[in-house]
Amino acid sequence: MALTGLFLSIFLITHLAGNLQLLDMSPEGQQKFNEYARFMTTFPLVKVVSYLLYFSILFHAFDGFLLTIQNRKARPVKYAYEKPGANSAWYARQMALLGTLILVFLVIHMKHFWYEMHWGDIPTVTDTSGKPMKDLYSVVAAAFTQLWYVALYVVMMGVLAFHLLHGFQSAFQSLGLNHPRYTPIIKNVGVFFAVVVPIFFALIPVWMFINA
Amino acid sequence: MSKLDSKIPPGPIDKKWTYHKGHMRIVAPANKRRIDVIVVGTGLAGASAAASLAEMGYNVKAFCFQDSARRAHSIAAQGGINAAKNYQNDGDSTYRLFYDTVKGGDYRAREANVYRLAEVSANIIDQCVAQGVPFARDYGGLLDNRSFGGVQVSRTFYARGQTGQQLLLGAYSALMRQVGKGTVRMYDRHEMLDVVIVDGKARGIIARNLITGEIERHGAHAVLLCTGGYGNVFFLSTNAMGSNVTAAWKAHKRGAFFGNPCYTQIHPTCIPVSGTHQSKLTLMSESLRNDGRIWVPAKLEDAKAIREGKKKGSDIPEADRDYYLERRYPAFGNLVPRDVASRAAKERCDAGYGVNKTGEAVYLDFSAAIERYGKLQANVLKIENPSKEKITELGRAVVSEKYGNLFDMYENIVGENPYDHAMKIYPAVHYTMGGLWVDYNLQTTVPGLFALGEANFSDHGANRLGASALMQGLADGYFVIPYTVGDYLADDIRTGPIDTKRAEFDAAEKEVKDRIDHFLSNKGTKPVDDFHRALGKVMWDKCGMARNAEGLKQAIQEIRAIRADFWQNVRVPGKADGFNQELEKAGRVADFLELGELMCLDALDRNESCGGHFREEYSETEGPQQGEAKRDDENYAYVAAWEWLGEAGKAQLHKEPLTFEEVKLTQRSYK
Amino acid sequence: MGNMKLTLKIWRQNGPNDQGKMVSYPVNNVSEDMSFLEMLDVLNDDLVRKGEDPIAFDHDCREGICGSCSLFINGEAHGPGRLITTCQLHMRKFKDGDTIHVEPWRAEAFPVIKDLAVNRSAFDRIQAAGGFVTVNTSGNLVDGNAVPIPKDDADKAFDAATCIGCGACVATCVNSSAMLFVAAKVSQFALLPQGKPEAKRRVLAMVEQMDKEGFGNCSNTGACEVECPKGISLEHIARMNREYLAASVTKE
Repeated sequence: MALTGLFLSIFLITHLAGNLQLLDMSPEGQQKFNEYARFMTTFPLVKVVSYLLYFSILFHAFDGFLLTIQNRKARPVKYAYEKPGANSAWYARQMALLGTLILVFLVIHMKHFWYEMHWGDIPTVTDTSGKPMKDLYSVVAAAFTQLWYVALYVVMMGVLAFHLLHGFQSAFQSLGLNHPRYTPIIKNVGVFFAVVVPIFFALIPVWMFINA
Repeated sequence: MSKLDSKIPPGPIDKKWTYHKGHMRIVAPANKRRIDVIVVGTGLAGASAAASLAEMGYNVKAFCFQDSARRAHSIAAQGGINAAKNYQNDGDSTYRLFYDTVKGGDYRAREANVYRLAEVSANIIDQCVAQGVPFARDYGGLLDNRSFGGVQVSRTFYARGQTGQQLLLGAYSALMRQVGKGTVRMYDRHEMLDVVIVDGKARGIIARNLITGEIERHGAHAVLLCTGGYGNVFFLSTNAMGSNVTAAWKAHKRGAFFGNPCYTQIHPTCIPVSGTHQSKLTLMSESLRNDGRIWVPAKLEDAKAIREGKKKGSDIPEADRDYYLERRYPAFGNLVPRDVASRAAKERCDAGYGVNKTGEAVYLDFSAAIERYGKLQANVLKIENPSKEKITELGRAVVSEKYGNLFDMYENIVGENPYDHAMKIYPAVHYTMGGLWVDYNLQTTVPGLFALGEANFSDHGANRLGASALMQGLADGYFVIPYTVGDYLADDIRTGPIDTKRAEFDAAEKEVKDRIDHFLSNKGTKPVDDFHRALGKVMWDKCGMARNAEGLKQAIQEIRAIRADFWQNVRVPGKADGFNQELEKAGRVADFLELGELMCLDALDRNESCGGHFREEYSETEGPQQGEAKRDDENYAYVAAWEWLGEAGKAQLHKEPLTFEEVKLTQRSYK
Repeated sequence: MGNMKLTLKIWRQNGPNDQGKMVSYPVNNVSEDMSFLEMLDVLNDDLVRKGEDPIAFDHDCREGICGSCSLFINGEAHGPGRLITTCQLHMRKFKDGDTIHVEPWRAEAFPVIKDLAVNRSAFDRIQAAGGFVTVNTSGNLVDGNAVPIPKDDADKAFDAATCIGCGACVATCVNSSAMLFVAAKVSQFALLPQGKPEAKRRVLAMVEQMDKEGFGNCSNTGACEVECPKGISLEHIARMNREYLAASVTKE
């Protein structure tokens, strides 16, 4: 869980970095984004990494599922009266729920963009050298004109934030990286990461919606 | 001729154990596999013995009534463990530890046993370190020591205030290692309810599975009782709730003599009783006396005002305080041995100077220590002309560092901050020096039945020094019994497995079952605790810190009455075939009700004052020692070993004379 | 006797296979100086006098060190209050008129024996799997001071070794994980030179046994550390994770 989780966190950064290009809605910006999208779907090294990414997502989800089943079996009779807030954060206890929501979101998200980009029938534009390339930008822009879709993204980024809030520092603990001096730093970085990354992600649909 | 043969080996005292080890018979490795040993109790003595015997090759069955072997009450020992390592270069030696222990025990212990204890003490530390026991260390990485309980050297090894816990977990881990290997079969939540004697030898036990209620028979070639002390006869003590005398008492009733039952240690620094609901007493480590000063008001009217809540301890000016230990014992002050400190507290409270609602508490005050440490710390930090508040603040930090966990514990129980208000303490029953009589080999008067640790009458004479109980438990288990049990078992290599279908097992099992049936079918009305409380009160009032012939005779009558009432009117709910804690208690209290009488009988017989046994009639009437205990070496330098004669209150006294070849008998003076 | 009046809602279960349910009991005359267990003593005394079955619960030393007592009180292991066991919980923590819920530790690996008493033998089996240093009893071992141990390591090992094996970590964990218990033992020995030679074998064996017993997985919620009566730190779990990863990767 920890290794795939951290890998997925790194992916989030690169994914965010690439997608922030969407904020530039000028024709040049659209062009650049489409070129970037083409690069990401065709460059061999990226392909290799992307397979690792698919595997990580599936493993993270599947392992999480198995562990959750085990954890449930470990307490067949529930407490009649609980006060879990006294000793732990709700989102730390609800990682499986948060993770499931994120997984559902990922399916929607990938269906809309990743699947369309790879196998969908989407319009093409020409690149600077005149060759045709898929116009992913317009697909995205079209999607983010719908309010419910934007709202879904914003809410889901909130879910992601809580998942990361616990997950980031938890991964270090699971890997045995706990040190009185460095753990507070890791925790702070984790909070920063969990807040900033989802905010920027959420900014994209909101921005595109407003400026559409 | 006495029936008691202590089997002390010949030769000079420092050669006896070596000689004995060299001359005892041993069992060959192949034969050990054919021999079964039962160990009852998994405290320091039991766990260490079971682990050691199993790794030697014997088949061991270990029993404890707790849900895990790790919970035996050795775990609660706070202070430390003595060993003659002389790491501090302060002149300690095997001989000095031996001497201090004999003297501390008020010359009522067997010299040869005590010397052996001192001799193996150093091995215990090495053994525990090798097991990964995290003793306190200094910055150089070497083991740290502190001084303890009125001796003049620093020979106490410790692990913060949890030495007993760490030592027990060490022994428990050794035991669990054997359990994992299959050489020990562990029976937790099992209580031994009788020992089975076949042809004059201990050949097994009857035990009750506390979960299912099943009565089980277990055969073995030798039975080791490591079942602790019987302080709970007083109802309130620092012992665990489950600590009991049942195993030892059943052994006594099957022929094992009971040694010095009246020797009880009353620990001076415990949290006072707060009400009738009280179920047990909590000890505050003796180490507190290193820095705390004990006092009561010097004026009766002040004490009265405090009891009525009109005044607080801090309202009493310095001049009106009576630091009675410092006054009476200027040489040792607050660090006099436990028996002396306890009696002095009782004397003041009986005289009307007690400082809690019931008048049974004295102050243990750290304000002087806080001021002293505060000033020292100000010097260290180079603070010039520190304010009074600053000194207090600095001093509190130092005191907190040393005793913080104890202060927290106190505040948690009492609900009063001991930094602001002086602690209130009062003596409480803590340890019993008496127990099953054993010879040098730790064998009782029943062949094949051994007693180790607090369960035997042991090495502490009439008073145990601090940090010596842990030492004795582990010495017996790790380094004595593995040798001496072999000497006995050498005859058993051809015996074969013990047949538990024999008539002797039938009879013992029937007795156990009949008693359980009686409890459950008795149409009584009162819970077990009623009787236990009543017994405890009699014992505490009349066979406690101070005793006299008149009171003891009354106590015997009262105990008989309680006992009769118990058998008639006790109510034990529930069933025999299941988890039934009231039933467990009933059996234990039934045995306490018999033991209590024997304790009084023993106390009545011993017309002297020694160690924890203080007879009011026998104290110095004049001279500088006036009011102090008066021993009678001419007539009472013996171990009183009592033989059961078929019913409670009927016991035959046998005397094992104590001869002192190494140590000269003198009056213990702490003036 | 005091004058607090309380309502207790207590889990009653006759045996391991019984269904069990919460039962209400009024208790009067509770003094704030009583410990929680003494308050239960008062209730039990009353039940016995009325000819009813008293409530079974584990307890022994009543000074917070044996690890016997084990109640889940008002939704927390060992009740409200930090760094204490149930026997050290005093009634002054409650108010007159309070309703108090009392349940046993709940975990598949800790089956209920009766009422509030559970079977924690799983901990013993984990210990037997590797929670020891392989050293025989011998009067001829090296001197205790032959191997100096840095004070910091000795102190940290001690911090881990203070575990009383009560099971509050399991009871409180949303996953019923026993990681804090196992980690405390692994960590104690991993920090000491005496424990190093068999460190790899130990951590693998103890974790394997822990998994066999049916405890859940650690998801680092940190609840165990908060509820642990001895304040054992999550740092020890990290140390065990480290030990375990290294041992898994390098084992032959």
